[in-house]
Amino acid sequence: MQTIFQQIINGLSLGSIYALLALGYTMVYGIIKLINFAHGDIYMLGAFWGYYVINVWHFNFISALLSAMVVGAVSGVIIEYFAYRPLRHSPRIAALITAIGVSFLLENGMSYLFSSNTRDFPQIIKQVNYNIGGVLISNIQVLILVTACILMILLQVIIKKTKMGRAMRAVSVDPDAAELVGININWTISFTFALGSALAGAAGVLIGLYYNSIDPLMGMTPGIKAFVAAVLGGIGSVPGASVGGFLIGILETFFQSIGLSAYKDAVVYFVLIVILLIMPAGIFGKNAKEKV
Amino acid sequence: MKANFKYNIIWLIIMISGFYLMNTLILIGVINAFIENMLVTIGINIILATGLNLIIGFAGQFSLGHAGFMAIGAYATAIITQTATTPAGFYLSIVIGIVVSILVALIVGIPTLRLRGDYLAIATMGAAEIIRIIINNMKITGGAAGIFNIPQLASWPTVYTMVCVTTIIIVNFIHSRGGRAVTSVREDEIAAEAMGINVFKWKLAAFTLGAATAAVAGSLHASFLQTISPNDFGIMESISILIIVVLGGVGSITGTFVAAAVLGVLDTVLQDFGALRMVIYAAALILIMIFKPSGLLGTWELSIKRCFKRFGRKERVKQ
Amino acid sequence: MKKSNMKKIVSFAAVVMTAGIFAGCSTAKTQTAGNNQTGNTIKIGVNMELSGAAAGYGNSQKQGIQLAAQEINKDGGINVNGKKKKIKLIIKDNKTSTTTSASVAAQLVNNDKVAAIVGPATTNAGTAEIPNITKAAVPSVSPSATDPNYTKQKNGKVQPYVFRACYQNNFQGGTAAKFMTNTLKAKRVAVFADNSSDYGTGLAKAFKKSFKGTIVDSQSFSEGDKDFNAVLTSFKSKKIDAIYVPGYYTEVGLIIKQARQNGINVPIVGSDGMADPKLAQIAGNKNASKIYYTTPFSDDVAKSNPTAVKFMNAYKAKYHADAPTFSALAYDSVYMIKSAIESEKSADSIKITKGLSKIKNFDGVTGTITINKNHDPEKPIAIEQLTNGKVSNSFNIK
Repeated sequence: MQTIFQQIINGLSLGSIYALLALGYTMVYGIIKLINFAHGDIYMLGAFWGYYVINVWHFNFISALLSAMVVGAVSGVIIEYFAYRPLRHSPRIAALITAIGVSFLLENGMSYLFSSNTRDFPQIIKQVNYNIGGVLISNIQVLILVTACILMILLQVIIKKTKMGRAMRAVSVDPDAAELVGININWTISFTFALGSALAGAAGVLIGLYYNSIDPLMGMTPGIKAFVAAVLGGIGSVPGASVGGFLIGILETFFQSIGLSAYKDAVVYFVLIVILLIMPAGIFGKNAKEKV
Repeated sequence: MKANFKYNIIWLIIMISGFYLMNTLILIGVINAFIENMLVTIGINIILATGLNLIIGFAGQFSLGHAGFMAIGAYATAIITQTATTPAGFYLSIVIGIVVSILVALIVGIPTLRLRGDYLAIATMGAAEIIRIIINNMKITGGAAGIFNIPQLASWPTVYTMVCVTTIIIVNFIHSRGGRAVTSVREDEIAAEAMGINVFKWKLAAFTLGAATAAVAGSLHASFLQTISPNDFGIMESISILIIVVLGGVGSITGTFVAAAVLGVLDTVLQDFGALRMVIYAAALILIMIFKPSGLLGTWELSIKRCFKRFGRKERVKQ
Repeated sequence: MKKSNMKKIVSFAAVVMTAGIFAGCSTAKTQTAGNNQTGNTIKIGVNMELSGAAAGYGNSQKQGIQLAAQEINKDGGINVNGKKKKIKLIIKDNKTSTTTSASVAAQLVNNDKVAAIVGPATTNAGTAEIPNITKAAVPSVSPSATDPNYTKQKNGKVQPYVFRACYQNNFQGGTAAKFMTNTLKAKRVAVFADNSSDYGTGLAKAFKKSFKGTIVDSQSFSEGDKDFNAVLTSFKSKKIDAIYVPGYYTEVGLIIKQARQNGINVPIVGSDGMADPKLAQIAGNKNASKIYYTTPFSDDVAKSNPTAVKFMNAYKAKYHADAPTFSALAYDSVYMIKSAIESEKSADSIKITKGLSKIKNFDGVTGTITINKNHDPEKPIAIEQLTNGKVSNSFNIK
């Protein structure tokens, strides 16, 4: 019984990490229908920024987190401006290849400039394990879980309640019509990128702190998993991304705990395919009817 | 019929003379083992990318799982030629690779081809990853170490011939009735359906044909390189095939040839740059896409017929 | 319909016919054998994983190679029959890909005409290189390709041009199994292996074959994984005496950290992929206790070995960090080639091959090396113990 509870905690904490990353994917996809492959690498940039400021400038946790969000947001906007904006009216597949190119550029640029070695992230918050009836949970796990939840709610509020959120929704439904009613499309898309990338920057610091190891290729595997989570939940939907993230975290943990660790990724993809077949737009996705 | 026959003969002559040109260049030492190696890699990439271009460019189905089918062909060859170390064994293994990959393509394609756009891409990527993970955990495939000491039964003439054969098959398919049906599905599924085209059947046909050519490329890859491992067939391999297709121009077979050659040469030139290599590669990729979003050649095709016509017109103008 | 069918048949038949013609006549084959060095330098090629998944290890090895070449050149170079020749390194990146490794090897042996190659770091890239170097008769020394069959042909004979500087998996896995039974007295062991490379799976296989106790559970992870809590939690409920974790320090460091945080305090035993100062940094010093790993490069060996002391000091002076095992193995690979050239008094690639296969009692950083008939190095193995992130003890295993 203890083991089962422990595994649930493990699954939730892994899931919260995927959910945190999936949020950024889903926002960008929702507005410009682009799989932003570079999202995982912005998460890597956030982690390296945190590593740098904590080690060199002795930032505390909160300021490292906030500054990493700013760095993430700025790099997201820069990437959007230089790499994606010129391609907004090109075939989507060209934009996708550009996104892959940006991802390669960030990964290999960081490897080139700062070497591809793995580094240990400064342990700025001391890890404390709480033992609740034999189930162990650490303060950082709680921190990540809480941060992920707060950010999801915050995002939902921004999208549903603010003027900017309304503009974002309008652009995602019909950019031309949105422009007609006076919405500045460029500004709205930049804002979306800033928001999504800020989340990735925050995730970088949190995950760096949790796992204590960062390297330039760290964004690759979780990036793909988080994207799968976003698709699973219904890409474009904020609650979908969080549900997808938690679902994948729990699935992975479950199959590892029953001894199928070698097949854990295969099982996740299998579940993904099955869910897409039953619900072709993901769990929370809107299944848009095609007009004739 | 007769008119096309003339152009087909011209293509055949080009292919054969290309072969003898390469043969002579090797004999007189212009092409050494290194350039031969590069050309064979380019050839294998051409086979892979024309197959994927059929699926993406002509049928309009976004598949990200091409490396999975390549893996099937590669492992079929590696396993069979371990015991049957003869050219016959090699050709048998190609056939078996094709058959297995067609079966897998049907298993994967029948459910997933109902999905659209990016959902299909992720589903096919997942399917390819499942194939890779199963291979990684099987005994007969050698697990993560893969299989090495595969006898080299495919040299450059085999690869050259296979490039010609697969390209002819794919180009003929595109220009056949089936090809027109497939293209109509890309343009507008609903309109195509209204015209009485079985949309799903043609999507699946393009998908399986692409998968079969990928298996051929996999067989050649295994036999030429003499070593394979599951890591060769990951998501990154699928993406690099996709890059060739998009860079050349989605829907242009000529573009695929050009892009495969350009990237193949670029890749070998960049070997000297160490860690900087992938930075340059990535920057080149982004710049090409920004300034030429439809790829190097767009949808332009090299057509001898058109060359003749243009030439003929010029002659007439002169007269 | 009929027309296009006809067209297909015609063109297909034509191609099949020409294919028959091609098969009938003999086609040209590129052929070269043996690279001799005529100038005042000896070219040594480096086929290394400088980008891609194994870039971290590849770059460590590159540092070791560059350090060795720099030292040798400072002393005037390699003594070839009384004449000192400097080393010229030609470093190329294979981006951890088999295809690129084959291409890099072809370029090194055919265009750059190197006398010998150091690398690649991984077995897969290494086996991809073999056909091209064999054709050109240029030897290669891999610092870290560990698959037992890497130096063997299909028929069991040795690959004539392939050498390595590291242990093969069976030896290392077997040693770990012996150590766990004899010294740690472990009866129930869980195996947690890296299954994204032959290194982890090969070691796990060798370990399972020679371990006498019970293997309670065998699980795997892949490279780039960061969360191992699920598997560790399931280990915890299984009453194990020790865990065997063949893998690289990047992942094993995290496994140690998470195991200790999950309250698993049994000994964790691994392989030389862990022997890097970064292991304890990633795991956290307080977690890195009761950690053991097999290594050629232990502190004890180092203290009694002046070559190792010299290497460690030189490495620290040049790169301002403690030397990892990967750099030491790469450093030895270069010196092995040097010793082969000097003993054969020639920088001809075929002669170097002969010299490499005859290396005996070579005084390396990673121990005294003798190359056996399988082209594997025979050298002492040791097991180091970490306590609070520092090496506290080392065991010599006979």
